[in-house]
Amino acid sequence: MRHYLSTDSDWTFELLQTYDSEIARIAEGYGLDTYPNQIEIISAEQMMDAYSSVGMPIGYNHWSYGKQFLATQKNYQRGQMGLAYEIVINSNPCIAYLMEENTMAMQALVIAHACYGHNSFFKGNYLFKTWTDADSIIDYLLFAKNYVRKCEEKHGQEAVEQILDACHALQNYGVDRYRRPRPISAAEEKVRQNERERILQQQVNDLWRTLPSKPGEASALRERRFPEEPQENILYFLEKNAPLLEPWQRELIRIVRKISQYFYPQRQTQVMNEGWATFWHYTLLNHLYDEGKITDGFMMEILSSHTNVVYQPTFDSPYYSGINPYALGFNMYQDIKRICEHPTDEDRAWFPDIAGKDWLETIHFAMQNFKDESFVQQYLSPHLMREFHLFSLYDDDKKSYYKVEAIHNESGYHTVREMLARQYDLSVREPNIQIWSVDMQGDRSLTLRHTMQDGTPLASDVHEVMKHLHYLWGFDIHLETWDKDSQIARQSCPSTSAT
Amino acid sequence: MSYIIDRRLNGKNKSMVNRQRFLKRYKQHIKEAVSDAVNHRSITDMERGENISIPERSINEPIIHHGQGGRQHRVLPGNKQFNTGDQLDKPPQGGGGGGGSGKASNQGDGEDDFTFFITREEFLNYLFDDLALPNMIKKSLSQSKEFKTRRAGFVSEGTPNNLSIVKSLRNAHARRIGMGAGKRKKLKLLRTELEQLLAEPVPDSLRIKVLEDEIAHMEARLRALPFIDELDLRYRNQVRVPVPTSKAVMFCLMDVSGSMTQDVKDLAKRFYLLLYLFLEKNYEHIEIVFIRHHTSAKEVDEEEFFYSRETGGTIVSSALKMMNDIVQERYLSGGWNIYGAQASDGDNWDDDSPLCADILANQLLPVVQHFAYVEITPHEHQALWYAYQGVQQANAQKFACAQIRNAADIYPVFRELFAKERYQEAV
Repeated sequence: MRHYLSTDSDWTFELLQTYDSEIARIAEGYGLDTYPNQIEIISAEQMMDAYSSVGMPIGYNHWSYGKQFLATQKNYQRGQMGLAYEIVINSNPCIAYLMEENTMAMQALVIAHACYGHNSFFKGNYLFKTWTDADSIIDYLLFAKNYVRKCEEKHGQEAVEQILDACHALQNYGVDRYRRPRPISAAEEKVRQNERERILQQQVNDLWRTLPSKPGEASALRERRFPEEPQENILYFLEKNAPLLEPWQRELIRIVRKISQYFYPQRQTQVMNEGWATFWHYTLLNHLYDEGKITDGFMMEILSSHTNVVYQPTFDSPYYSGINPYALGFNMYQDIKRICEHPTDEDRAWFPDIAGKDWLETIHFAMQNFKDESFVQQYLSPHLMREFHLFSLYDDDKKSYYKVEAIHNESGYHTVREMLARQYDLSVREPNIQIWSVDMQGDRSLTLRHTMQDGTPLASDVHEVMKHLHYLWGFDIHLETWDKDSQIARQSCPSTSAT
Repeated sequence: MSYIIDRRLNGKNKSMVNRQRFLKRYKQHIKEAVSDAVNHRSITDMERGENISIPERSINEPIIHHGQGGRQHRVLPGNKQFNTGDQLDKPPQGGGGGGGSGKASNQGDGEDDFTFFITREEFLNYLFDDLALPNMIKKSLSQSKEFKTRRAGFVSEGTPNNLSIVKSLRNAHARRIGMGAGKRKKLKLLRTELEQLLAEPVPDSLRIKVLEDEIAHMEARLRALPFIDELDLRYRNQVRVPVPTSKAVMFCLMDVSGSMTQDVKDLAKRFYLLLYLFLEKNYEHIEIVFIRHHTSAKEVDEEEFFYSRETGGTIVSSALKMMNDIVQERYLSGGWNIYGAQASDGDNWDDDSPLCADILANQLLPVVQHFAYVEITPHEHQALWYAYQGVQQANAQKFACAQIRNAADIYPVFRELFAKERYQEAV
């Protein structure tokens, strides 16, 4: 006699609790290590609110979130899009929003997906461990919101908005890609913030000291380059060195920078993260079904939803909008499992390390130690490339045709895999722009250097961004574009100065 | 261990602040869009909000990203017939990424307008932003709100003096019927059974006793139904309605003679419409008098004013006379703010124009708050315009003349007529 957890499609709080503890039990059996869960039931309107604050549970006020909200609202009301079933926040406890409209089956799916899939990814992946601090993020966001509000009271909404606009334009360049940041708590943050304001200002003043220096010093100073090495973290550089900013403005830059850093791992692990969560909702709920705890109808609903999520339209389909990270990620984890359990000769040749090994251990290792780029490079198998019918197209803007450079065959596997991995490499996806030098003795202008990759130019937006940069720096901005050791373009803001 | 929290009761308008900020930031765009909408909307169509479109490029948040061009590799799914080394022609430029590149279609989207919806209230607010009617505050400031009570149906709570006895007893009766129905039915069954038992040759006395007890019990319960219960009570409801303290009457005067083409009438329609909506927003109670004229004037209803056709010559003074008569008759007492709006193509019998100016200056302007005249013509000013110029110079505070050439002129003219500056000068 089977004993179903529920047979009705409506959910209740008791049922949620039951499902959650069942799923938790199974997840533990699979060795999923998670933060405690905080599951919040919200309405569709609240979901729209959550959407528009780009996944932050507490956000400072800014018009761009209002724009986001209006766009979401319009699309939703016109029925052009459904809302996500859930939003999950990388925090400790891990907050997951569930929509009240979901059926019981959907709630179970979402709990497995978000509260055990994403949650364990947040806790286990090295990028998240390095870059984010789940314990303090909520506190920090609250600190940020209050700080922005206080600044608005003190300096006016417009002044604050101007700084935030400028920072938002540069937020992708507010991350240290290589240095490990040290997480601190919000209380500490507050104490340090006051101290920082004072000291920072002193240092900046020192940098821009206009007192005549002693005769012996002068030449040494002229020789000194500033910054000594190119800086990739533009916002950090501005926060520390922009000559004219007030302390509160520096703090605002810092806030945008910190939040940007918090999202940095998510931008690099979309395929892995969504794939992991999808893999686990699929595995956990199938397990629950095999135990006879959920009905056939329940499972059908879950599978139909799952199938939609992992659907990959082909490139010539009108629905095609890039490679679906859910589809690619889910299939890659499934494929790793297959390679471990039922390796073919081809798999043995390609993956001698994992073929025939314990699948659970293998996918945990994969989840913990990679980002999208290296994950694809490491684990995309010929089998999967064939299944997706992947091919790589080479597009040279000097030629009138695209060239098919590799397809899913013996000679093409390596190229296709490498090219796909490159697509997920942030350093390829985003233009490489660094702070190059500051004219310390002259007009204080700031020069940035864009190193071209594969001859790809910057989008014209960059003019607008430079205006923002100019606002923050306070003096002229020059942007040089270099391609293979030769400068091919130079633009300035204000554009009246040399071109 | 997971915590499950019900957040549905928390406020749902977390994004309102951000929405307002967005609206504030793009106020100028929204105003332009609203003013555009006014020019294009049909007259019966003001009672709704509006979709506002802002070009995506104006609200774009710029970030540094790659443009198109250069040498790129793209991996795509779903290969069907390609083999290594195949060459595929690129789609013509601007064709929108027929090669299926996700990038191209993303940028294609970027060209669209950003569209969102504002409510009717917001729509009108933008429309009337920073406008105020001349001389209006003079009257409205000195008046405080008055209320009078009015009957408004029945409610279940109230004071005894408002008790409606008929309504309450009717409710009680209905309740007694409803609540007793089951018992009476059962009683009827018991009685039938009792009669049958009694009719039998050897009555079952024990059963009879039981039945009699039960009948007695039922009857007692029926009697116990309260004759009147608190649930039944109904009170006459009284509501306080504000007595309109600032009343306005708007006179719409329009020339419908043969020289007025349909286009010109359409323009005039929009002018009144805007004025009416504006008054509606500022006064609690508004009456409108529609006067149309050719060689003679006639008071008509709105429908006829805007939509029926007539032809003939033009004697403008007939309409002004009629307006004056109506004012004298109905609106001179009772604190009415009188507004006049006249639209014409400027045609008039030459002899009539001085008369018009005379009626206006000596009879109407002393009693009205404001009088606006729009001449809708793309051509030279006509006789009436020059006649009115003199009046305007003498009464700049109360009288405004403006010329409208096309639909896009209406809104600026409207603003000019009722701009705050003018009002402040008037004060």
